[in-house]
Order: sequence, then structure tokens, then C-alpha cells
Amino acid sequence: MPPDAGRAEPTNAEEFMKGLWEENPVFVQVLGMCPALAVSNTALNALAMGLATLFVVTASNAVVSALRPFVPKQVRIATYILVIATFVTIVDMTIQAISLDLHRALGAFISLIVANCLILGRAEAFASRNGIGRSVLDGLGMGAGFTLALFSLGAVREILGAGTLFGLSVLPSGFEPWVVMLLPSGGFFTLAAWLLLFNALERKEDAK
Amino acid sequence: MSGDPLWSIFINACLINNFVLAYFLGLCPFLGVSGQLATATRMGGAVTFVMLVSSVCAFGIQHAVVALDAPYLRLIAFIAVIASTVQLVEMFIKKVSPALFRSLGIFLPLITTNCAILGLALFQTNKGFGFFECIAYALGAGAGFTLALVLMAGLREKLALESVPDVTRGAALSLALAGLLSLTFMGFAGLGG
Repeated sequence: MPPDAGRAEPTNAEEFMKGLWEENPVFVQVLGMCPALAVSNTALNALAMGLATLFVVTASNAVVSALRPFVPKQVRIATYILVIATFVTIVDMTIQAISLDLHRALGAFISLIVANCLILGRAEAFASRNGIGRSVLDGLGMGAGFTLALFSLGAVREILGAGTLFGLSVLPSGFEPWVVMLLPSGGFFTLAAWLLLFNALERKEDAK
Repeated sequence: MSGDPLWSIFINACLINNFVLAYFLGLCPFLGVSGQLATATRMGGAVTFVMLVSSVCAFGIQHAVVALDAPYLRLIAFIAVIASTVQLVEMFIKKVSPALFRSLGIFLPLITTNCAILGLALFQTNKGFGFFECIAYALGAGAGFTLALVLMAGLREKLALESVPDVTRGAALSLALAGLLSLTFMGFAGLGG
């Protein structure tokens, strides 16, 4: 994680934007990859997972930040995990109520949001040291960045692997789908390709 | 209860549906601690132990939660048990081998947020495994995790000596490697049942 010290106090907009690009959780910090790869086989699943994570990271950031003065240092991690688990249970039940199909497609991975290191990482690194307003902004930004990353993974995999996007055909009918993209190894390859792209972009910027 | 024999559950969790390479669980330690072969082996051992303990506890919790008619407490109870088991392992390793403790570093407490362990607890509940099936499943998952970690560490130790294009250094190359490993593990599909 880049050190925040020595930098000018960021504005609210910057606090939000840093999660989207500069400190993008998946592409730059390489956090929370398990759900990123596991459910990104279609664009819709990826988007749903991203939004669920967005909600959990924002809500838990707010609560962790509010509880800051009351939680002793020794038990803080356990407290954060309990807060996160509570919100994940809420999300799990909400998704089940809204769309049973989606719930089935995402399966155990909704519950596994608890173990997403991105969320615990934000609670520990940001929310436990900043006020509620900034923590919520940070959560929104990180969640949006995560959703963006998941969507870019899911879209690439669905287009190449099935020739569709959100279930609609987008490629000419002569296109032979690359089944490997829908398989687990396709997830690794797609993420590797995105990381390469980000590395290359960063290098270009450094060279300037 | 599923009718599968225990060895089939073990092989299934270890090779066919390898937790890391097929389910994408536990990727953080997989990429983080796979730099050195020796550390990777011990990390695998620690994770396997935590898996075994939490699997047994999860089996008990599932029955308790059903008896209490409070399924919404399941997730919270699982994670609390896993966190305390990890704490126990951490204290044990610190006492027995301070060197190992240092080399595992931040990844030791992070076993708590290793989704492979929580995933194991959730999957075994969904599949409705009995007590001994749970143990076979946990051992298989642990062995599979260790295998993937050790294979990856071996590859990366060799790769550290090669000259690769600068831009691919770091996570991107590891992920491409993981993709290839995952492809090879697909060859195990059709084994067992």
C-alpha cells in the first residue's frame, strides 16, 4: 500500500477516485482476487458480485469507523470480521430474496465475501484511522474500483468464451468461442493480461 | 450424506476440484508465499491443520445452528471459529519455530481471511457431508492446497534465475503460471467420480 504520509490532504473527490484507478484493489493492489476470478465467468455475475462487495465494504467501513473509539486494539481484527460477517449475511439474504437464479450462480461465493482481504484491508488500513465520512467515501471508491475490475474481467471472459455480453450475442456468428476462457485457467490468463496492461501503462507514465 | 467413498472425496478435493486452481480459493497466500519452496511447504502444513480443525468445528456448528433454528448465525460462527484456530496456530508456531514465524510474516494471521478455509466449511455444509466425510474432504483440500503451493514455488524458484521481460515481473507472470498449472490440473477431470 502506498504511504499516505507526506501527501497533501486529499479532497473528497480524490478520496473516491483513488480506489477507481490509482489504487485499484484488483489491478494495482492485487487484493480480493479469489472472488474476482471465481465469479467473473459472465459479465452479469461479475457485476452482481461487484455491487455486493461495494455494499459490504462501504457499510463495514462506516461501522468500523464509528466504533473506532470503543474497540480495544487487541480484539480489533475479530471485531471487524464480525461486522463484515453481519453485512455479508444481510447481502446473502437480500440476493436470495431478489433473484434465486443469481443466488445459485454465485453460490458460496457470496458468503465468501467475508474472506475478501480487500474488505478487511480497508477496515484495518483506512476506516480504523479516519472519520466516518471519509471512510464511506473510501469504501465507495474501493467498491466501485472492485466492481470495475470485476466487470472488465467478466466482460472479456464472456465475449471471448461465449461470444455474448449479458447474454446477448455481440460477435459475428462465424466466431468460434474460446471455451478455455470460461474455465478456471481462462480467469488466470485474463487477469494476467490486464495486469500486464496496467504494468505497461504505469511504466509509460514513469518514463515521462 | 453423499454416498461417495472416502477416498473418492479425498481425490476429488485434492486433484479434480483443487481449491486453488479450480475454485480460486486461497489465492492470496498462493501468490504471496510461493516464492520459496521451504516456506511454501510449511505454509501448506499450517493451512491443512487449520482446515482440519475448522472443518470438524464447522460440522458441529452446522448441527447446533440447525438445532437452534438460527441459520443466519452460521457464517458468523464459522468465521469466529476459524479466527480462533488461526490464533492458536500462530501462538504455537511462534513458540516452536520463531524463524518460520518470521518467514510467514503477515500471511500467518491472514489465514483467517483465507477463503479456502471458509470455503471448505461452506462447501461441506452444502454437500451435507457426514463426520468422516468432512475429515476426508478437509485433508484432501489441505493436500491439494499444499500441492498447488509447492508446485508454484518450484516453478517460481526456477523462474527467478531466468531473464524475463521487465514488464511481466511480479504478479502478472505468477498469474499466467497459475493459469498453465490450472490447465494441467484439468487433466485430472474424469479421474475418480
